[in-house]
Amino acid sequence: MLSIKNLTASINGTPVLKGIDLEIKAGEIHAIMGPNGSGKSTLGKVLVGHPAYEVTGGEVLYEGRNLFEMAADERARAGLFMGFQHPIEVPGVSNAAFLRLAYNKKAEADGRDELDPLEFDDFIHEKIKLVAMREEFLDRSLNEGFSGGEKKRNEILQMAVLEPKLAILDELDSGLDIDALRVLGEAVNRLQRPDRALLIITHFPRILETIQPQFVHVLSGGRILKSAGKELATELEDRGYDWVLEEAAAGGAR
Amino acid sequence: MSTTLNVVTSQAYKYGFVTDIEADSVAPGLSEDVIRFISAKKGEPDWLLEFRLKAYRHWLTMAEPEWAKVEYPKPDFQKIVYYSAPKPKKPQYASLDEVDPELRRTFEKLGVPIHEQEALAGVAVDVVFDSVSVTTTYREKLAAVGIIFCSFSEAVKSHPDLVKKYLGSVVPSSDNFYAALNSAVFTDGSFVFIPKGVACPMDLSTYFRINNKESGQFERTLIIAEEGASVSYLEGCTAPQFDTNQLHAAVVELVALDDASIKYSTVQNWYAGDKDGKGGIFNFVTKRGLCKGKRSHISWTQVETGSAITWKYPSCVLLGDDSIGEFYSVALTNHKQQADTGTKMIHIGRNTKSTIVSKGISAGDSSNSYRGLVKVQPKAEGARNFSQCDSMLIGQSSSASTFPYIEVQNRSARVEHEATTSKIGEEQLLYFQQRGIPAEEAISMIINGFCKDVFRELPMEFAVEATKLLSLKLEGSVG
Ligand SMILES: Nc1ncnc2c1ncn2[C@@H]1O[C@H](COP(=O)(O)OP(=O)(O)OP(=O)(O)O)[C@@H](O)[C@H]1O
Ligand SMILES: [Mg+2]
Repeated sequence: MLSIKNLTASINGTPVLKGIDLEIKAGEIHAIMGPNGSGKSTLGKVLVGHPAYEVTGGEVLYEGRNLFEMAADERARAGLFMGFQHPIEVPGVSNAAFLRLAYNKKAEADGRDELDPLEFDDFIHEKIKLVAMREEFLDRSLNEGFSGGEKKRNEILQMAVLEPKLAILDELDSGLDIDALRVLGEAVNRLQRPDRALLIITHFPRILETIQPQFVHVLSGGRILKSAGKELATELEDRGYDWVLEEAAAGGAR
Repeated sequence: MSTTLNVVTSQAYKYGFVTDIEADSVAPGLSEDVIRFISAKKGEPDWLLEFRLKAYRHWLTMAEPEWAKVEYPKPDFQKIVYYSAPKPKKPQYASLDEVDPELRRTFEKLGVPIHEQEALAGVAVDVVFDSVSVTTTYREKLAAVGIIFCSFSEAVKSHPDLVKKYLGSVVPSSDNFYAALNSAVFTDGSFVFIPKGVACPMDLSTYFRINNKESGQFERTLIIAEEGASVSYLEGCTAPQFDTNQLHAAVVELVALDDASIKYSTVQNWYAGDKDGKGGIFNFVTKRGLCKGKRSHISWTQVETGSAITWKYPSCVLLGDDSIGEFYSVALTNHKQQADTGTKMIHIGRNTKSTIVSKGISAGDSSNSYRGLVKVQPKAEGARNFSQCDSMLIGQSSSASTFPYIEVQNRSARVEHEATTSKIGEEQLLYFQQRGIPAEEAISMIINGFCKDVFRELPMEFAVEATKLLSLKLEGSVG
């Protein structure tokens, strides 16, 4: 589904990604962990087409297509989704109107029928149940004044509306209370299908108990230093990142 | 990102065309003779000629204002044509069918086909075209309830006492440079009179259209609402594309007596010049409402998207106790446009209230300033004002400024001012695009969200038009 080969990228001339290789197949769940500032969010933003980041080398194929030849909105309509670490606030734009426009753009691209406001109302009520969101959030301005956890819930609501093929969730768990973490984790699980894939960026193994990855990668200094099964997450929790860095340094020296 | 935004925000003016109607014009230039010519041509009474000449003599002693944050070549007033009228094929129009087909085509291109005006539920249109009203609709219907809605020239003929009583009572002919010029040379405009206790049964609407190259436009509008009367008045306009700057200096006066209410809405889309700022309308307007009576209410709503230079401060003088003044404004500038706009709220009566909501949007290399005065005079016990001034920047090279002036001379007054500046940045845009929404629709949605508090004050059809207009001004083919 997604094939990243030797990807390098920089921001304001500073290299942040220094050669990423990653293969994600349909049905798989991958987790990326790593120290602050190691480039995890950057990887996600580069994949979804953030204009501030410059791709300086490498190649990314998404369902066989060159990802970098697609505009950001085109990537989204092709099923690529990112739940942001810090979702932005947009005053005056109603959450419901935004969700409906996003839904209809995707529907149009998929050749499905667009939903009018009444039909969408029914549709969205099913979706807010999935993420246990209160109805009043639909009428509020997009993310405006939402608490950190509410913003994350709204991201997963958007994911539920768009049903992406590949969802990158950047620190979904930060800012969530224990119940919210469970509810949203289960919602994400319910959205997962054999023809879809997930890339979970996190600092904590807890979320990975609900959303269970087959692969855990350690990203540090713009490179993936280690990849293993899900037991790696708990090992990292116990031991920190230093040993991975040392191991990688030793490997590099060899 | 800036490339995307530049493309998105660089769409050419869509209404560029010039109607070819033979004009009946005076030679360029201004003198007492020209003023006498205009007055004679219009068959005006002596007092009006005197009003004009007095204004002209005062104007000669005045200098153009320099304080606004706009830069432009000063107009050469001797190059302006002060009178031009389309030659009617027949002296009178009994029905809309008799209107010059050329003129009607112009309106069709503007999306304001006259023959559909009648069908347009609840909207009467007084068409001002190159300074002379060509036709007025719905007048009979309005006359039945005692409402007068006609061209200014007609009002001078049919209701001279009303005109004489109120003309210059809100904006004195010596008020400012451009108001004085207008008072001297105004050719036509609209007149509205709503008698005591009458709620105007429909929105009254005027579509202005600047048409003749080099012809200065000096409209005069006077709206009077007697005790307990109410009216909603709509003004909208667009202009053809051409290459020389065109001066527009209108004066609008509103008078509201006890318990009367006047709502004045404008959607303005004059030609703003090309991408390099060449051509475009200079818009120097004096708009002022007098809340003369107790509990009277005047509300200005404006959506300003056009003109090369905008200099405009619709104001309220809150004379009557418990009177209310409101100003809701969206001013959008793009390319090399410059706008210096805002309002003045002058609290004179007790317990007077005013609200100011201003939304400035600047794209391209444009400059957009809000300038507002809230003045509370010593006797305005319990006066209250709330001002909210928000600016939004699109792209890297536009600018926004806010100049709030507050003068409070009564201790019981409460004046609150809030201001914010935001940017449609790449983060916001990416968020929309990441959800599958193309950049131009994203910009349009963000802008409409930003302007929501103003748009909800507009009459329904106008709100739809304004939304479209803003999108038109900011959208284009992306990449
Ligand atoms: N706009 C920017 N300008 C300069 N440096 C930036 C910018 N954005 C990100 N960086 C730098 O890029 C590096 C990677 O940042 P990134 O957000 O990808 O880290 P992260 O792994 O997601 O960290 P965290 O775990 O704290 O979220 C950091 O050193 C950061 O300071
Ligand atoms: Mg991060």
